[in-house]
Amino acid sequence: MEVGEVYSSRQLDKDEGKQINELIARSQKPIPDPDEWLDEEIKRNILLTTVDAILDWGRRASLWPAVAFPACCAFEFIATEASRFDLSRFGMEFIRASPRQADLMITAGTLTWKMAPQIKRIYDQMAEPKWVIAMGACAISGGIFRSSYSVVPGYNRIIPVDVYVPGCPPRPEALIYGIRMLYQKIDKTSLFGEDK
Amino acid sequence: MLADYGYIGLLLIVAIFFAVTTLLLPFSLSLPARLALYFRRFTRYLENHYPFLVRFIPPLPKFPKFMQVVSYNPTPVKSSTFECGMETIGTAWVRFNFRYYFYALVFIALDILVVFLYPWAVHLRELGFFGLFAVLVFIGIVIIGYIYAWKKKVLEWK
Repeated sequence: MEVGEVYSSRQLDKDEGKQINELIARSQKPIPDPDEWLDEEIKRNILLTTVDAILDWGRRASLWPAVAFPACCAFEFIATEASRFDLSRFGMEFIRASPRQADLMITAGTLTWKMAPQIKRIYDQMAEPKWVIAMGACAISGGIFRSSYSVVPGYNRIIPVDVYVPGCPPRPEALIYGIRMLYQKIDKTSLFGEDK
Repeated sequence: MLADYGYIGLLLIVAIFFAVTTLLLPFSLSLPARLALYFRRFTRYLENHYPFLVRFIPPLPKFPKFMQVVSYNPTPVKSSTFECGMETIGTAWVRFNFRYYFYALVFIALDILVVFLYPWAVHLRELGFFGLFAVLVFIGIVIIGYIYAWKKKVLEWK
């Protein structure tokens, strides 16, 4: 968009609709998330394994989630973050308002195509390495709104998802279980293997 | 030996160590990634402007992944301003109304007034009537300035 250009609301709608239609056309297939490498055993060397262990421990023990909560699963996430379930136990102290300080995106809620470019932009602005947990039925597949023309059928159409937590909404225990699963995935990543 | 410095010295050492580890370590660990990126940019520049030079540049050896403990991978989207996922329009260098400046000045005067009232309030009984009169004179001076600002229509937003 040009700076200083004055838009009529009609023109604005038209341009935005064009962009979103292009996004829909681009993201008809889910982004693959290969998980075979989780099962294979890497040839390990004591020194390298130690470095990996320290690094992965540091990474998984300080996952800071970014704010991306478009809908109602956010309340279960808030319950998870609050004092009863207390996500701070896992080093996830704050929900970061800026994606620059976050490395985990917990996508809680239904995503519409109109919101999709924003979510993708936030994901792109997160610092690497970054992970995504799809929380709830809508985040996995669109849930009960799947047949709607305006709902994204699963976040994996626009961003790569690491862990899926089913439920409508998932209870905080389920989300914590999903975070533990993500820990296992992070623990398997190695600096010395192939690019994942 | 460290004990000779006392607690302040220890605090200084911890502070310096903390600053060095949090600021310098990520930078130095991401250096290979940064250098590789700069080299790629330089090669692309040469390809665009002096294509005949490219054949003299040896290809960059592929950095092993373990040298990129801290990744450095800027993209135009990532480097742009974060505005809740929206595309930013215009620049942040806009002019603010100069009346904010007057508000700030008046605020600072009254703010400092409160700061000076605190020690007087703590030793209220010991200072007695002399302290009360001194504070009243001080408040009077500030109030005169405030009335002057009011008369000059600083508080009106037009």
